Amino acid sequence: MTNDILLELAGVHTHIGRYHILHGVDLAVRRGRLTMLLGRNGAGKTTTLRTIMGLWRRSAGEIRFDGAPIGALATPDIARLGIAYVPENMGIFAELTVRENLLLATGPEGFDEARLEDVQALFPALREKWNNPAGSLSGGQKQMLAISRAIIEERRLLIVDEPTKGLAPAVIQLLIDAFLRLKGTATTILLVEQNFHMARSVGDDVAVMDDGRIVHTGSMAALAADEALQQHLLGLSLASHQ
Amino acid sequence: MIARWLSLRAGDWAPYALLPLLVLATLPVMSFSTWLTLTVAGFAMGMMLFLMAAGLTLIFGLMQVFTFAHGAFITLGAYLAVSVFGALAGWSSATSWALNLAVLAAALAVALLASGAAGYVFERLIIRRVYGAHLRQILITMGGLIIAEQLVVAIWGANPLPLPKPASFQGSLIIAGAAIEKYRLIAVVLGLAVYAGLHLLLNRTRVGLLVRAGVENIEMVEALGYRIRRLFIGVFVTGTALAGIGGVMWGLYQELVTRSIGSEMTILIFIILIIGGLGSIGGCFTAAILVGLVTNYVGFLAPKLALGSTILLMMLVLLWRPRGLFPVGAG
Repeated sequence: MTNDILLELAGVHTHIGRYHILHGVDLAVRRGRLTMLLGRNGAGKTTTLRTIMGLWRRSAGEIRFDGAPIGALATPDIARLGIAYVPENMGIFAELTVRENLLLATGPEGFDEARLEDVQALFPALREKWNNPAGSLSGGQKQMLAISRAIIEERRLLIVDEPTKGLAPAVIQLLIDAFLRLKGTATTILLVEQNFHMARSVGDDVAVMDDGRIVHTGSMAALAADEALQQHLLGLSLASHQ
Repeated sequence: MIARWLSLRAGDWAPYALLPLLVLATLPVMSFSTWLTLTVAGFAMGMMLFLMAAGLTLIFGLMQVFTFAHGAFITLGAYLAVSVFGALAGWSSATSWALNLAVLAAALAVALLASGAAGYVFERLIIRRVYGAHLRQILITMGGLIIAEQLVVAIWGANPLPLPKPASFQGSLIIAGAAIEKYRLIAVVLGLAVYAGLHLLLNRTRVGLLVRAGVENIEMVEALGYRIRRLFIGVFVTGTALAGIGGVMWGLYQELVTRSIGSEMTILIFIILIIGGLGSIGGCFTAAILVGLVTNYVGFLAPKLALGSTILLMMLVLLWRPRGLFPVGAG
């Protein structure tokens, strides 16, 4: 392991009940880069993220964050290391207002006004819905809120699970722009995504999963340029995802 | 707040209109004085039911714990009231509002602290071992209820104990030709005060924000870095403390305390929780008043239906809104 790596999984296995989901995942997320985690449905991407967050316990292997083992820590302790997580279902509190959803992710002193301005500039739609219940937001606005909540405080690692799922192309483009701006702040991001257009637009590094294992790692640009490799790994052609 | 109200769809307004509609609908079928008496009685009963049920809806909603032992804390509160009123019998029998209110305040304070402390011990010894195991929760809390009732017998004896209302709380006020029991008015004031306190706690503090978030999605609260188990303890203690003061008020209302005074209320409390929507304090408040009003109105208009009126009410509400009047996380 080098100092360049912020998060590292080595031979991680996860069982859910009697099902063996992860079969020895090896993954490295480099500092200040956006790593895409791609794969077909059921490949184990969400399970990998949940295992990192301690929401499901690893049954074997090692998870290290900034060189320290975190595999045995409870979820709140993992989050307190500066790891923000946006789950596939966004984890929005529907009964709470937009403001309250964001406030929950801040420290005891509340909002940092400058950072709040930045976040609201990233997603202006949220400013208009500030005191509305989050349950009343559209799907795209909920995703913007989920991502805003993850970055309302400075985090060392941002983990996001399929942010474009079920969203309209215009909203997806908005999210792409937001991730590109986040990349500009040197935030380290691990992003699970099925939308190859999004992955190609924002990814620096890529890891591809299949059947609970990492089957390919490299640069996103190289994968985007190699249609045969995409077909082999993901069963898709870039042409169909322009 | 205004934006929140404006964002409600037309269908979402209906549960808020239920109470005023019920109150107004019964006015033409009885004399005004009878209607006023029954309405105040219903509100007062609803407030006492709310005190007993409020904590359980949070325990259910946040902790997903099915505790049948909640009645034990109501019973404890009622018996502690017997002891406090016995020790301060001179204050209770004096025709002085100040002394009578002081003895009530003392009983409420003792019940609040003792029930809360008993709740802490119960959570640490029993509940924390069965988080996530609903069948075991039901069995172990039923066992806890039986043990608690036997402890009550060991401490206070097996015979029912009288708990007369303080002198100033007895009798009625005549308002617009209707007889309104003074004690019921006190119950309404206390119930409203507790509701206002809980509302402020839940909506104006970070702890309240965490509780509301936890009721919706515990996993996400933990992923934001909060240790939810500490919150569980606080909510359980608050819930049992509220049950204790509910027991004081219900015991004084009945003026007779038995070892099963709490367990007899369990079914009614569950009905209130289901009608209101699990985890919703506002829903619990509305449902408790609804149950209190329906019980009083039906008891007067169709006494033979009185026994089943609350179950009928629950069935009708669930046919209309299967997750209760104010389901949490339905937005």
